[in-house]
Amino acid sequence: MFIEGEKNSQTFQDSENTLKPNDELEVSKIIQDLYKNNLPTEIIGSGSKRHIGKKLQCAKTLKLSKLSGVIEYLPEELYIKVKACTPIFEIETLLKKHNQQLAFEPLDFGYMFFGESNKGTAAGHVSCNFSGSRRFKVGSIRDHVLGFRAVNGKGEIIKSGGTVVKNVTGYDLSKLICGSYGTLVALTELTFKVLPAKGNSNTIVIHELSIQDAAQILNKVASSSSDVSGAVFLPTEPKIGNYNNNIEQLFKLNDLKFKGSFTAIRLEGSKKSILERLSDLNKELNLSNKKVSNLDLYQSILFWQKINNLEFFNNSKNTILRAVIPPSTCTKLINYFKNKYKYFVDWAGSLVWIEAENFSEDELFSLRNFIVNLGGYLTVIKQPNHLGSLNEIFTINLDRLNISKNIKQSFDPKGIFNPGKMYTGN
Amino acid sequence: MSELALPKVDKSTILNRDKIVSKLKRIIKSENVLDHNDEIKPYETDALSAYKQKPLVVVLPETTQEVSEILKYCNKEKIKVIPRGAGTGLSGGALPLKDSILLALGKFNKILEIDFENRCVIAQPGVTNLSITHAVQHKGFYYAPDPSSQIACSIGGNVAENSGGVHSLKYGTTSNNILGLEVVFMDGTISRLGGKTYDSEGYDLLGLISGSEGLLCVITEVTVKILKKPQTVKAALIGFPTIEDGGNCVSDIIASGIVPAGMEMMDKALIEATDNFSKAGYPRDAESMLIVELDGTKSEVDELINKVSATAKKNNSSSLKISNNEEERLKFWAGRKAAFPACGAMAPDYYCMDGTIPRRKLSEVLKEISRLSQKYDLPVANAFHAGDGNLHPLIMFDANNKEQLEKTEQFGTDILKYCVKVGGVLTGEHGVGFEKRELMCEMFNDNDIQQQLRIKKALDSHSLLNPGKVYPILRKCAEEGRVHVHRGREKFPDIPRF
Repeated sequence: MFIEGEKNSQTFQDSENTLKPNDELEVSKIIQDLYKNNLPTEIIGSGSKRHIGKKLQCAKTLKLSKLSGVIEYLPEELYIKVKACTPIFEIETLLKKHNQQLAFEPLDFGYMFFGESNKGTAAGHVSCNFSGSRRFKVGSIRDHVLGFRAVNGKGEIIKSGGTVVKNVTGYDLSKLICGSYGTLVALTELTFKVLPAKGNSNTIVIHELSIQDAAQILNKVASSSSDVSGAVFLPTEPKIGNYNNNIEQLFKLNDLKFKGSFTAIRLEGSKKSILERLSDLNKELNLSNKKVSNLDLYQSILFWQKINNLEFFNNSKNTILRAVIPPSTCTKLINYFKNKYKYFVDWAGSLVWIEAENFSEDELFSLRNFIVNLGGYLTVIKQPNHLGSLNEIFTINLDRLNISKNIKQSFDPKGIFNPGKMYTGN
Repeated sequence: MSELALPKVDKSTILNRDKIVSKLKRIIKSENVLDHNDEIKPYETDALSAYKQKPLVVVLPETTQEVSEILKYCNKEKIKVIPRGAGTGLSGGALPLKDSILLALGKFNKILEIDFENRCVIAQPGVTNLSITHAVQHKGFYYAPDPSSQIACSIGGNVAENSGGVHSLKYGTTSNNILGLEVVFMDGTISRLGGKTYDSEGYDLLGLISGSEGLLCVITEVTVKILKKPQTVKAALIGFPTIEDGGNCVSDIIASGIVPAGMEMMDKALIEATDNFSKAGYPRDAESMLIVELDGTKSEVDELINKVSATAKKNNSSSLKISNNEEERLKFWAGRKAAFPACGAMAPDYYCMDGTIPRRKLSEVLKEISRLSQKYDLPVANAFHAGDGNLHPLIMFDANNKEQLEKTEQFGTDILKYCVKVGGVLTGEHGVGFEKRELMCEMFNDNDIQQQLRIKKALDSHSLLNPGKVYPILRKCAEEGRVHVHRGREKFPDIPRF
């Protein structure tokens, strides 16, 4: 507990430089102190995504993991209000009991960074705004945050939004904090929109398609009225290079009948509706002359868990990148790889996860340029230690950078929150 | 009667009018600068027509470059600028100021690109909402947000207001359905945000600008996401003997895991008003009525309709009709869509409120509205987007009766305050604009408002873009009291509204 009259934040330190407040008021008082003393501070929750973004050198670490617990959950109102660092797993478990879910399918970066599951906290997901396979259908994390409370860089407690989906009262700061990597505020409370879980899941797997054919299929399903909620392409793994070829191990499912590349399409809903849509898609995609497997309920759920746990990159020692592109350019991008990288395509052709061995700064520069010219952007998610000085993690646009600097300053006038996490000097 | 405070008039701008007009005529074609009284008059108000003010001059730029040049000039000379789309807004967001340039985007009226492969349309901001759907429907696509004024409202205005519609619960509002924007900031900087991809990197400026009511930038291009039309759409029309039964049915439908495409509720007063007006065949003996629309594949919709019917019966429904064809479905909606004109036929004027409330609080809020209706001795009819909690009480009054006018305004304020009290918000889709500016303090404290004002300052350092809107004029909320102003009949009464 913060004790009135204590001169500084020493009360909350469990080691010399880590501050662990117990509640919002303590967060506010600590930040007022940091502000007064100009102390650059790294803000973390559980640390599961701490390595995404530029490396920080900060005087203090503000660990918000004690701000944990469900504040209010009203299933019939379709929202859940939690303290910012409530573990996402805890939220998902509670929602599941009420047959509901976070529809954006939170990713698990634990396998990629630590070799085991670590889904992190609600605030961590909001701060990074990386959404799972259902994104092209239901929107991303930013579309599911209804409101928040937080402390700005002066130590003031602020709030925005509410608990309802239709709300245009004031600027929508909930969207602004999504993907801001803790550079604007220290989050203390979040309200998410929740949706009913879909009951059954079924996955059609089409084997041995080339990227050209797969891209066509992905485009067709995304434009279909069959309500597809997942569409990925996993190619044959690269034979050269030091990649962990784990695809067969990973997707060892009884009903996955063939080897080689596969394109997977997910349908969710009632059994009857899935059957109807399966038959529609069969005709629409002309599946009768293709090698097809079908994954029913449990295998389907397991399949998509592995995709969204990013287990494909389990314990990788290589550079991992994430490219978001207009879906029509997917084949062009993959052809650019010239079989050098391990990758998979998600979001029906709009997202490509890439693993690159011995990836140099020059290669990053060229790849990023290529993607920007396609109308997309590239984010460095994980980089081996020897590449720790890679210039920029995020794609930069100068105009936007200037605007971002002004916005950052309006929340954090002295620039003490995660300085330089997103861009050099911002 | 006193009026809401306006930003301080800059006398030098007024005095320099001729100089400003001639400069503007050098920046854009002179015929696109309207400076005669008669030309300016149509721009003196938006759809909240009780507030009227002629601007200094109206400009109708044709290119983004022209918008940039105008803003750059105004920023340098510290001249206020009010952006305007189609002028269909209900909260006075496009109300001009005496010393302002009104920048109307009516000439930005072209669809620039239809890209089926990337499932998006690039449109200029003056393109109407409905014409986007018209441009892509031949291939079975549509643009999801459907504010009721969609025949007239512009896509740029939709972004500025973050407009919703009846399908918001399932398909989201404007901000969930746009991929990219081209905008011009007050210093003349042209910026492209997003594009044809999802979730652009960096701060979500797209999200910040959606619903910013023209205070942060001028929108010059919009990229919207288009969706494939669902295979089947059906609606159920359900009557209930009490408001509570209807409200409970709404909660039960949501709790059972159904997300209807649309779910609308009306109270007895509105059932009668709309049925008189449009002969929609509504259950006139019912105290409340629900329209539940479901979409998806054929078997899925049938399954959901059965579930909804069972839930309705469990909640004591007194009547239930299912649409058997498209014609019937549209008939169900016809009455609901005529809610505004129907109220217009019952009283000389009506005033539409726009709070959003948690669904479970519906009965409580309607009871309070009914109590207030008796207190102020003014009839009210209620329309409710039950899916997303957006409540539209329509207060009926006579604007020529000074006392009624004052009471109406106080009635409306009391309703919105109550919405906030039960955990809701001041405005669901109409925007704060000029009208609800001073009520912001009901929802936000000084810290919250100051943070928002600092963002405004970060993007518009001299506060020249659409001043006097959204945020209370005085710094401390407590310093500002609610004051009254004459309010009259809505403009464009023929446009359907919710």
